[in-house]
Amino acid sequence: MTDGQTLPMPAAPPAFEALEPRPPTATELGLVLCHTCGLACAQDAGQCPRCDAALHRRKPNSIARTWALLIASLIFYIPANLLPVMYTNLFGSGSENTIMSGVIEFWKGGSWDIALLIFVASVAVPCMKFLVLGTLLVTCQRRSRWALRERSRLYRFVELIGYWSMLDVLVVALVAALVQFRSLSTIEPRLGILFFGMVVVLTMLAAMSFDPRLIWDAEVEEDV
Amino acid sequence: MRSIGTVGVVRFLHSVKNSSHNAVLRSPFIYSVARPGLPESKPMTKPSDWIICEHCDAVYAPAPLLSGQKSLCHRCGGVLERGEVFSVQQLFALAVTAAILFLFANVFPVISISLKGLANAATLLQSVEALAQGQISLIAAVAGLCIILAPGLQIVLLCWVLSFANVGLRAPGFKACMRTLEQLRPWSMLEVCLLGILVAIVKLGGMLDVHPGLGLWALAMLAVLIILISGKSIRRLWHVYEGCE
Repeated sequence: MTDGQTLPMPAAPPAFEALEPRPPTATELGLVLCHTCGLACAQDAGQCPRCDAALHRRKPNSIARTWALLIASLIFYIPANLLPVMYTNLFGSGSENTIMSGVIEFWKGGSWDIALLIFVASVAVPCMKFLVLGTLLVTCQRRSRWALRERSRLYRFVELIGYWSMLDVLVVALVAALVQFRSLSTIEPRLGILFFGMVVVLTMLAAMSFDPRLIWDAEVEEDV
Repeated sequence: MRSIGTVGVVRFLHSVKNSSHNAVLRSPFIYSVARPGLPESKPMTKPSDWIICEHCDAVYAPAPLLSGQKSLCHRCGGVLERGEVFSVQQLFALAVTAAILFLFANVFPVISISLKGLANAATLLQSVEALAQGQISLIAAVAGLCIILAPGLQIVLLCWVLSFANVGLRAPGFKACMRTLEQLRPWSMLEVCLLGILVAIVKLGGMLDVHPGLGLWALAMLAVLIILISGKSIRRLWHVYEGCE
């Protein structure tokens, strides 16, 4: 490490900005990652030699697919919030609940914790996914080098929390299965829950079709 | 694109932050501009052993990790690899346990309620069926996939693959099983289902008598087990069978 052609070895893990040069990328080395088994494959192989999965340098049509799924889920999000998700008939008095009215009912009934939980899972998480994925898509299309590491972390966060939105669908399923006392009391699912479930599935698919490596491609291209 | 030959010989160590210890990952080539007159670098390991960060495409040479350690990508901060927590034998034992718990969680009701002498109970399958009403039946299929089909299939495939791995054999259909396991992972939502049951208990608790059923306890343990066994740790079976097609 003293021959003048080597870099000084950092004594402590350097801050990200201080890390020059950055590690080589798979593309620069002619490699491509198999997403199914994690093997580093040669770039010209169409199939992973180990698990036979199809290989691609980046997820195919990532930006266009993610936009399409994101916009579809945004459209579905409107009826999901406007239409009732559940019909409740308790001792003869029937009422229909939307997602928000269910949250408000819990809030007024004193169980603010459950209200908060459902609000986070059904409103905050989907809205955050729309915002985050939209931001990532726009910045990637503009080849922005802004906050690479933070955007990468944001994507991983969205992937991690995305499926918790399914909570409301499962709650409706459970209470509808339980409260079945014919004329006395019944709870039935309503059309809104279908749209809401579709929003969750579509945003999950959107997050899966987005390729986080596109965030970092901007850095490599400007280097060359 | 730079070819391998133009990558210089400079090397440095990437210290990697991790939870309990410090694992050190080394870049297989250290990136630098080509310098005429320098000998071409020799990779320290073969390319198929290298780790590519799935989040940013950075390449590293593998570093041995202890149980509980994880290596993080220096460029984007994502997790590259985690140390093995369980042996194959332990994973197999946990998978069999999960299979038994899965049966319990599906056969016994997860919640039962009573109202003025009337009682009712719901299993997981009955909850899914409650959604299958006319127009909205599609959502029943999604819910069924998330809380019954995906976890069930994961457990069956894990038991199949691990039962053979446990005695040193490669399971028939190994590749297809492993690929399916990868694709099922995001759709298995038992922990969400568990939270859903707790919310339903509180929701109904205000107006009815609600009793958690035997299925709920099985489901709670199953949710933990699935998190432990269905992660990416199963990918190490690929290394076990390397070169024995």
